[in-house]
Amino acid sequence: MMVTIKEFPKEEYLLKGHAACAGCGPSIALRLLFKALGNKVIMVVPACCTTVIQGPYPYTSFAVPLQNMLFEATGATCSGIVAALKIRGLEDITVVGWAGDGGTVDIGIQALSGAAERETNFIYICYDNEAYGNTGLQRSGATPYGAWTTTTPTGKKERKKNMPLIMAAHKIPYVATACPSYPVDFVNKLRKAKEIKGTKYIHVLAPCPTGWRYDTSKTVEIGRLAVQTGIWALYEIEYGRFRLNPPSDRLVDKSKRKPVKEYLAMQERFRHLTEAEIEKIQQWVDEDWEYYRKLASNELV
Amino acid sequence: MAQIVIDTANHIAGYAAKAARVKVVAAYPITPQTTIVERIAEFVESGEMDAEYIRVESEHSAMAACIGAAAAGVRTFTATSAHGLALMHEALHWASGARLPIVMAVVNRAMGAPWNIWPDFSDSLSQRDTGWIQFYCADNQEVFDTIIQAYRLCEDERVFLPAMICLEGFILSHTYMPVKIYDQEEIDAFLPPYKTGWILDVNNPFSHANIVSPEWYMEFRYMIQEAMENAKRLIPEIDKEYGRRFGFQYGGLIDKYRCDDADLIICTMGTMGCEAKIAVDNLRREGLKVGAARIRVYRPFPVEEVRKLAENTGIIATIDRHISFGMEGFLASEIKASLYHMEDKPLLAGFIAGLGGRDVTFKTIEGIAKKSLKWMEMGRVEKETVWVDLRE
Repeated sequence: MMVTIKEFPKEEYLLKGHAACAGCGPSIALRLLFKALGNKVIMVVPACCTTVIQGPYPYTSFAVPLQNMLFEATGATCSGIVAALKIRGLEDITVVGWAGDGGTVDIGIQALSGAAERETNFIYICYDNEAYGNTGLQRSGATPYGAWTTTTPTGKKERKKNMPLIMAAHKIPYVATACPSYPVDFVNKLRKAKEIKGTKYIHVLAPCPTGWRYDTSKTVEIGRLAVQTGIWALYEIEYGRFRLNPPSDRLVDKSKRKPVKEYLAMQERFRHLTEAEIEKIQQWVDEDWEYYRKLASNELV
Repeated sequence: MAQIVIDTANHIAGYAAKAARVKVVAAYPITPQTTIVERIAEFVESGEMDAEYIRVESEHSAMAACIGAAAAGVRTFTATSAHGLALMHEALHWASGARLPIVMAVVNRAMGAPWNIWPDFSDSLSQRDTGWIQFYCADNQEVFDTIIQAYRLCEDERVFLPAMICLEGFILSHTYMPVKIYDQEEIDAFLPPYKTGWILDVNNPFSHANIVSPEWYMEFRYMIQEAMENAKRLIPEIDKEYGRRFGFQYGGLIDKYRCDDADLIICTMGTMGCEAKIAVDNLRREGLKVGAARIRVYRPFPVEEVRKLAENTGIIATIDRHISFGMEGFLASEIKASLYHMEDKPLLAGFIAGLGGRDVTFKTIEGIAKKSLKWMEMGRVEKETVWVDLRE
């Protein structure tokens, strides 16, 4: 059953006083995560911005038990927790791995891949701010082409790793993309994931004013532009079946998509891009959409 | 009725995990550890062992999964060797820092490069400072007994630390010996259900291991040091109780053999301790006053007991199946450090032997003993570190 924003629970399990930056996209996603899953949740958080967001000892801003864990170990740690809960007959507790893009697509990919291959019954969420945010914005495998980071001072020369499709190749029952600018979409995907047995992977594009260099009031707007320009598509792959979700499902026709330049122009991390580079990015986006179109029409199955 | 099983130390380690009612096993294969996890897989799949077996994709993940499971409230076990243990290194610190009573068998194997699958202690001794209790075993029975003892120790609220049970590859891991395996009820009476200091609990949520500032971090480290000191006190007590119940005990921290009147004490770890006992008997027959002390627990290190041993002896000879490059054998260093504050210290001679699986027999040890006794008579050691049987 889909829920509307009016039906979101009033309870807050991301508590006041957390230590996220102003305008932090991941912290919006965190709040929505708890709206969707409630508090019968055990979370595993590797080294990432959320290490800081939760607050230092002896405080926490989370109203669920949280195991802080090594950078590359989220998938395996969740496997251990899931196994223990099964032995203890506590399978109604949802185990959630919550990791950043570096902890997912780079250093954590092995443990995540292993956990998925073992069909571990858990939800893994990658909140993707497209750089190592917590260490001061270094390039990750999820940083997009052209983006400035502290280790790509003239812009990244390579393309972003497509992690959701890598996870889909594991034949897990549920893969989805999301963005906190579309809270109803995200919350309903989480609710669906909670009901599916096996490994569920949700990749959340989470705008980061600190790293992307835009005004802290613009986080929701930037996320919307990412989707409206099509540089980020909202979709889900349920038991192998690919489906674009609103509003992305209306964007297969290129004329419906805003030019990607509008998204890039709002962020200082892209300000050095030449027209030719912007055109190249636009071309890649269009190619991605041709691929999504084929996936959605089952031409590639 | 207890039963006698004739099997390898690796299979016996599997029996011990079953007898300890381990609930989650997470492991990755590496020679010479493999037959431990194979045996456990058989136990789990046949239903003889009520446990979840997580076939992880690396040793780092094996330890991470054990950390997750131990934090979620069940008894855990894993096993590894050499490079697998080295890959776990980061997670070893996390396990002890999180105060989780994980027990792991380490089937000792030399580190590469070059590749070598035979035993020495370079793998486990390189993990000395990770906050893990370290036991070293001399035979298959001791492997079984120490795994059971370790759970009892690690889950004591005065300890709450993880432990590695070290056994040398092939010398023990693949060697058949008769081992007494006790009735499950007797083991249950000795080893109560799993206990840990904290648990991931949805009814009592908290962030575990979030950032601790310099204002508090030192206190957390001090508590680990205290726990180690407590373990040093508890290990002999647990060993004694175990002996009363089951008939086997190992001298607590140090397995001492004919040391009381010894001019020379040969100090070893692991199976070299067995060869040392044969050497001692042979040398005693020649009228030489020699004893053997096998360091059974390397962390916490039995400083006080070593001092006591040293009181009435002329020389201690350490045999290290390991080398700390640029220094000497670890055991030599530890013993020297233990003796520093004694007024009347014995001499100390350090011997490096058996690296990468080179045989250390009672004859090797007799040679070491005679050289050491000669130095004792001379009143000085000619060489601080001697590499035994080295092609030069």
